[in-house]
Amino acid sequence: MDNPDCRRILAGMTYDSDILIVGGGLNGPALALATAQTGLSVTVVDALPRAAQAQDDFDGRAYALALSSKRLLTALGVWGRVAEYSQPMLEIKVSDGRAGEGPLSPFFLHFDHAEIEEGPMGFMLEDRFLRRALAEAMAEQDAITLLDGEAVVSQDRDASGVSLTLASGRVLRGRLLIGADGRKSGTAQRAGIKRTGWDYGQTALVCAIEHDLPHHGVAHQFFMPPGPLAILPLPGNRSSIVWSETHDNAAAFDALPDEQYMQMLRPRFGDFLGQIRLAGKRFTYPLNLTIANNIVADRLALIGDAAHGMHPIAGQGLNAGLRDVGALAQVLTNATRRGEDFAAAPVLERYQQWRRFDTASLALATDLTNKLFSNDNPFLRFGRDLGMGAINAIPGLRRSFIREAAGLTGDLPDLMRG
Amino acid sequence: MQAAQTTVDPAEVAKFEAMAAEWWDPKGKFKPLHMLNPCRLDYITRQIAGEYDRDLTAQKPFKGLRLLDIGCGGGLLSEPMARLGATVVGADAAEGNLPVARIHAEQSGLEIDYRHTTAEALAAAGEQFDVVLNMEVVEHVADPQAYLTACQQLLKPGGLHICSTINRNSKSFAVAIVGAEFIMRWLPKGTHEWHKFITPDELFALIRGAGLDPVDRKGFVFNPISWQWSLSDRDLSVNYVTASLKRG
Repeated sequence: MDNPDCRRILAGMTYDSDILIVGGGLNGPALALATAQTGLSVTVVDALPRAAQAQDDFDGRAYALALSSKRLLTALGVWGRVAEYSQPMLEIKVSDGRAGEGPLSPFFLHFDHAEIEEGPMGFMLEDRFLRRALAEAMAEQDAITLLDGEAVVSQDRDASGVSLTLASGRVLRGRLLIGADGRKSGTAQRAGIKRTGWDYGQTALVCAIEHDLPHHGVAHQFFMPPGPLAILPLPGNRSSIVWSETHDNAAAFDALPDEQYMQMLRPRFGDFLGQIRLAGKRFTYPLNLTIANNIVADRLALIGDAAHGMHPIAGQGLNAGLRDVGALAQVLTNATRRGEDFAAAPVLERYQQWRRFDTASLALATDLTNKLFSNDNPFLRFGRDLGMGAINAIPGLRRSFIREAAGLTGDLPDLMRG
Repeated sequence: MQAAQTTVDPAEVAKFEAMAAEWWDPKGKFKPLHMLNPCRLDYITRQIAGEYDRDLTAQKPFKGLRLLDIGCGGGLLSEPMARLGATVVGADAAEGNLPVARIHAEQSGLEIDYRHTTAEALAAAGEQFDVVLNMEVVEHVADPQAYLTACQQLLKPGGLHICSTINRNSKSFAVAIVGAEFIMRWLPKGTHEWHKFITPDELFALIRGAGLDPVDRKGFVFNPISWQWSLSDRDLSVNYVTASLKRG
C-alpha cells in the first residue's frame, strides 16, 4: 500500500455518512428520516444553531399540508407527534374580491372534502410543532447525525464521493451530497448550477389572527387586485393569514404598528369571522420564482426550495418539497436494493426525470394563476368569474381540482400513497 | 483492496479512466444499457433472492454466493452484485474492457475478480458458481449449444442460470436493428446480426439440451412514453430473459 494513488483512493473511501444533507429546515430532516429507513447513514449540517429554531411559543407561521404530505409524514413517524395540533381543512372556498367586499363575490369555487373518498384534503400545522417533531424523530435514529450551528465553507465532488469543509475546520466525507438549503442554495451555487426565475413584484405579509366566530375548518382564498389573500384555519378560533401586496404597499404595511396593521387587514377580510385580533408575530416574504436549471449533478441532488422556490399562492412550496423527498428516497432505496451505486449519475437522473416536469409545471401554474387574478381589468375579472363558475358547476372537474389540492395527482412516490 | 490486480501500465491509466467514465455515463455511448439496467437488475436480484431465500432489504443479502458475470463489459452488472455481497468473477473476451472495469471497481471500493477469459475456458478449468449471469451474450456466439453447455458446467448442482437475449421476428428486426442501430444510433451499426437472434422456444430447447431446466421467462418492454423499461409476463417479442436451474 505504498502506491500514492492507492492511498488517495483508500482515503477517499472512508465515509462519515452515506449521505450528507446541507440544510436542517423541513425537507432536509424529512429526507434524513426517509433514507435512514432504508439503512443508509445520514449527517445533516445546519448553519443555524438548534436553539435558534426551537421556539416554544407560536410565532405565527403555519403550513397547509396536502393529504399526500400528511401520508409521507405518517410513513416517517412524524405525523403521530403533530396530529393533535393539526387542523383538518374540510372545505376550500375560492372567490374573486375587491378590498372591502370580503367573501361576498357572487362567483366562487367551493371544494368540499366530502366529494373525494380520501378524507380532508389538507391539514394546517404550525411551524413550531413540525420542526419539533422532525427534530425528535431524528434524535431517535442512530443512523442520523445532526451538526447544527455549522456553516459549509467548501464542497468537493470526485468519482468516489463528496467532501464538505465546515467553518469549524471539520471535514466530512460522504457518498452523496443533498442541497436542502433553500432558494439561495449555497450547495447549488458551489456546484455551478444556474437558476432561472423572476420577481413577482409582490411581498407576502404573513401572520396569525384570533377571531370571535368559528371557521368550521374552511379555508378561503380571495383573489384581490393587489394580490391573493388566504385565510387558513388553525385549531381553535384562530386562522393563518397570507396576504400578498405590491412590494411598496407591503413595506408600508409592515412598518405600521400592530393595531394599524390590523386596520388595513380588516376591510380586505370582511366580517364573517367576527372581530379579529393579531396572534403572534408578523412576517414578510418577498415573492419570487427561482428554479434550478438542473436538480442533480455528479453525486449531488437538490430538494425543496433549493430546487424550486415558488410562489406560495396555494401553499404548494412545502408540499412540492416533500414530494421531492418521497421521490428521491424511493429512487435511492430502489437503487440500493438493486445493488446500484445510489449516488451514481444514472440513478440521480431518474430523480431529475421524475421531478423536473412536475415542479416546472407547478411553478408555472401558480405563476399564471397569480398573474390572472392579481388584476383589476374588468374583462379579465368577468372571464375568470365565468371560468370559476364553470369549474364549480361541473362535479367531475371540481373533484379533479380537489384531488389536485390534496396532492393526489401526478406520479406519487410510494411514501405518499398511504 | 484491488491494487494487486491492476496490472496496467500507469501511462494507460488516464485513458482507461476516461473509458470508464464513458461506460458509466448515463447519456453516453452505453445509454441503452443504462436505461435497461434497473429492469435487468430487478429481475436478477429477485430470481437470486427467490432461489437462495435471501432478503433484499437486508445488508449484503447475497453474501456467500459465488457469481459469474459473462460478458461483463464495464461492470454494469458485476458491481451491483458485488455491492449486494456476492463474490463476483467478471469475464470478458474483449481484453480492452477489463482494465476499464477494474479501475471503476477500484473507484467504487469494490473487490471484483475481472478476467480476460471465456465461459468455455472457465469450465475447462473446473470453476464452479452458484449463479451464472449470461446477459445479452448468446446472440453473439458462434455455437450457442456448446456455449450454453459450458454455462451449465460452470454451475454447482441446483445452481441458477439467468440468460437474456433478443427474439427473432419482424418486430425485433424493426426495433433492435432499424430502431436502435440506424434511427436512434443507440448502438453502433453492425452490433447485431438478426439471423443470430433466438426465439424463446429455440432458447428453451437449447437450455434443456445443455442440461438446464427453464423455470421462468419475462419480457423486457420499452415504453416510449415513459421512456422506461419494465418487465412483462406476456410480451417477449423483442428483449427477453430466462431463468433456469442445473439439475442436481
